Amino acid sequence: MTIVKLEPLPVQGKRRTFLSGFTLSATAIALLAGKEQLGLIGTASAQTTNNDVTILNSALGAEQQAIAAYQLGADSGLLQKPVKDLAVQFQGHHKAHADALAKAVAKLGGKPVAAMKDYNFPKDKLKSQNDVLAFAASLEKGAVSAYLGAVPILTDKDLAKAAASILGDEAMHWAVLRNALGQNPVPDAFVS
Amino acid sequence: MRLLAAFFVGLLSYAPALAVDGNAERGEEIYTRCMACHTLAQNRVGPRHCGLFGRKAGSAAGYQYSSAMKKYGVIWNEETLDRFIENPLKTVPGTKMGYAGVKDPQERADLIAYLKKATSDPKVCD
Repeated sequence: MTIVKLEPLPVQGKRRTFLSGFTLSATAIALLAGKEQLGLIGTASAQTTNNDVTILNSALGAEQQAIAAYQLGADSGLLQKPVKDLAVQFQGHHKAHADALAKAVAKLGGKPVAAMKDYNFPKDKLKSQNDVLAFAASLEKGAVSAYLGAVPILTDKDLAKAAASILGDEAMHWAVLRNALGQNPVPDAFVS
Repeated sequence: MRLLAAFFVGLLSYAPALAVDGNAERGEEIYTRCMACHTLAQNRVGPRHCGLFGRKAGSAAGYQYSSAMKKYGVIWNEETLDRFIENPLKTVPGTKMGYAGVKDPQERADLIAYLKKATSDPKVCD
């Protein structure tokens, strides 16, 4: 089994910076302010607004799944301390994403999807730290692709910007996890 | 009469095919893009893919579909999947799959080739 060496990160400082940056940049989520919501709904057709809600809800579902997956990893007893800390930090990012997405869906008049009770994760196949990391990496890679498939079709540019901001965060998670697995952290010039 | 019979025989043997040949190995890599929501064997954010070919849209057991998908009515095959994967929101307005789609015909063919192979694998889909 590969031993993962990770230096403890200054979690709080970095995370606060990220979250405050997200909150400010995601005017999207400026939907939260009310006026912008009226503007959005005033200019977009019902169908495009519905599509935005669908897209955000898809992303929300994936975020909720990621939160549950990191919880599974954190509770597995398979993670070394610095790796577990990192998993909890990443889970915190996903919670922040999910919170912002749920608020945006609600502000658009939609109903945020609820987290599933059971994601049927392959618990029997997670027998080592690397198994957990590889599983998390597969979800993060999928999340990168999901946001890449969301950004160009979101009607509202601020929502697209917010989704791109989250995409960047997921890509960083994926790279860190790949690095921890001894893989090339950034295998390509473009994500897909 | 013989010509007419030949026409009908030809019609019956017609199987919709994609314009390009798919490569399942490349499709397996493309499938990693789907894994935030989908797995082969389990329903998660999206429905399971095992048993996909020949299944009626919106009918995977235990998955809560949108009403739009339940009403869509098609049987999943190479052609219907190709159309849906290219632009899910346009093909089935109201679907829960909020994703732009796979625009490259070759990538779609590869993905479908992989799905066809993987979803009939008894080791994965028992």
